[in-house]
Amino acid sequence: MSAADSQATPEALILAKGLRKEYGDFTAVDGIDFRVNRSESFGFLGPNGAGKSTTMRIIAATLTRTSGEITILGKDPEISGPEIRAHLGVVPQQDNLDNALTVEDNLYVYGRYFGLSKKFIRNKIEELLAFAQLEEKRSVKVEALSGGMKRRLTIARALVSEPEILMLDEPTTGLDPQARHILWDRLFRLKEQGVTLLITTHYMDEAEQLCDRLMVMDKGKIMAEDSPAGLIKKYSTKEVLEVRFGADRNAQYADQLRGMCERIEVLPDRVLMYSHDCEALLHEVVSKGMHPTTSLVRRSSLEDVFLRLTGRSLVE
Amino acid sequence: MSANDLSRKGSLTLIDVPKILRWGSIYIAQARIRSMLKWKWSIIGESFATPMFYLLSIGIGIGKFVNSHQAAGVDGVKYLTFLAPALLAAACIQGAVGDATFPVLEGFKWQKGFFAMNATPISGKQIANGVLLAAMSRAAFGCVIYYAALYTFGALHGLHTLWLIPVTLFAATSFAVLMMGVCAAIKNDDLFLNMVQRFLIVPLFLFSGTFYSLASMPKFLQIIGWASPLWHATEVGRWISYGHHVSATALVIHFSYMTIMAIIGFTFAHHHFTKRLAK
Repeated sequence: MSAADSQATPEALILAKGLRKEYGDFTAVDGIDFRVNRSESFGFLGPNGAGKSTTMRIIAATLTRTSGEITILGKDPEISGPEIRAHLGVVPQQDNLDNALTVEDNLYVYGRYFGLSKKFIRNKIEELLAFAQLEEKRSVKVEALSGGMKRRLTIARALVSEPEILMLDEPTTGLDPQARHILWDRLFRLKEQGVTLLITTHYMDEAEQLCDRLMVMDKGKIMAEDSPAGLIKKYSTKEVLEVRFGADRNAQYADQLRGMCERIEVLPDRVLMYSHDCEALLHEVVSKGMHPTTSLVRRSSLEDVFLRLTGRSLVE
Repeated sequence: MSANDLSRKGSLTLIDVPKILRWGSIYIAQARIRSMLKWKWSIIGESFATPMFYLLSIGIGIGKFVNSHQAAGVDGVKYLTFLAPALLAAACIQGAVGDATFPVLEGFKWQKGFFAMNATPISGKQIANGVLLAAMSRAAFGCVIYYAALYTFGALHGLHTLWLIPVTLFAATSFAVLMMGVCAAIKNDDLFLNMVQRFLIVPLFLFSGTFYSLASMPKFLQIIGWASPLWHATEVGRWISYGHHVSATALVIHFSYMTIMAIIGFTFAHHHFTKRLAK
């Protein structure tokens, strides 16, 4: 790759400027700007009600904006809804599969909605069933599938048209850890294949695993935007020391602890202390006569970034 | 490429949007029919059993009683002949309304399948048209079976009575699409279908001149008949079947009424499908 190539501006698939959505007096999305480039995995991270799903629906050309500008693949969703939707694969927060149909028929019917030929869909179904690890369930009705299987089928369904952008709204909410890991693995494969992913999540581990770039949202606004590592570097220290003194004593020690590190957060059940060398910090805490009932040194995460930016925990 | 990787031409190459804008309603109807076919034996069974049930119990059973008391018949013909166009229209309208309303609640509320359809290039208007088309396809199937049963039992005479089928389907379409629009507009719809069945469909069935002439009922009940597409379809049907007296003006009114109901129904349904999907 030449130097000129590497410096060329990547192609923007989605561009938003001053995007706003109001429902009566309530502002769900408050004038946000963002850009999503081809082949990147872009995440909206924020608590419930942050405006992530609303933004996703505006991008999906199924919800009209109140004001601002947005283009998806260079087109305005309010003018070219069908032309945009033709190139999106949408995985909604709640599965909306046809429960009366079999796994295979769900894929077939959905492919037909995109006007794809029967022959093309038949071949595609084989690939998608393998991808979603549902080959043995092909003739089973959807209502008999587990939550994780339904989620994988919904993702497979969204891929039937080979979309330019795959949009996933809270893809692993409600799934058990094993089902989440299987799903992450599938999404990671897509990412490796260069599919542009757009993900909303309130799970920081999911955002860290899957997203190249993240937009942290709260109350309809963008709080920060960067890569997961960049956000952690910018808004947190390398390490965090978590100490517990017991619910009623955490606040009591807070003033003493505050002077010992860059920043602390007092949560109801523990105190978080931010420092670049937390082992040394823990020694210092103990040497000053404070003996936490439990202590833990860990790396900073996006949870810490969110706490710093909003003063609130991400999963409440 | 590993076994689990997907081949990729990309949607930009694969998808022909103008084609979907033209055929989207058909794709939706095909999918609905595919769902219905899962119950094809019960649909076929019901299509045969319903006319048999009515013909044996009401047409022939009660008909024998009516004919023995009214030597001149009803409206100048045997009771079964009088009844036939109304039974056909009633069955067809009821079936069409059911098939056009139940999937609307399912699609918007219970399974939210309409939102999945709308995530493709297909519009709300196309979803409404597709659901209606599927409902009317099943209604047409039922209508043909019902017609054949009536013909076999001697309730209809002559091939000109085949005109009953398009007239009946027209009336059924106009009412079904209106009810489909109402269903899309209603938010708290859990009890809605039951209410429609009890307070709308059954009274329409009883007071639309189905079992006895509308003129023989009190004036305030006649109003129900005038408002009902079933009465309009029955009047036209009796005119086609055995030459029941209908003036030219009345014919124009009957067809105009059904046409206007269909236009209002389509406008209403398209508006509310689009609006509810964009919420």
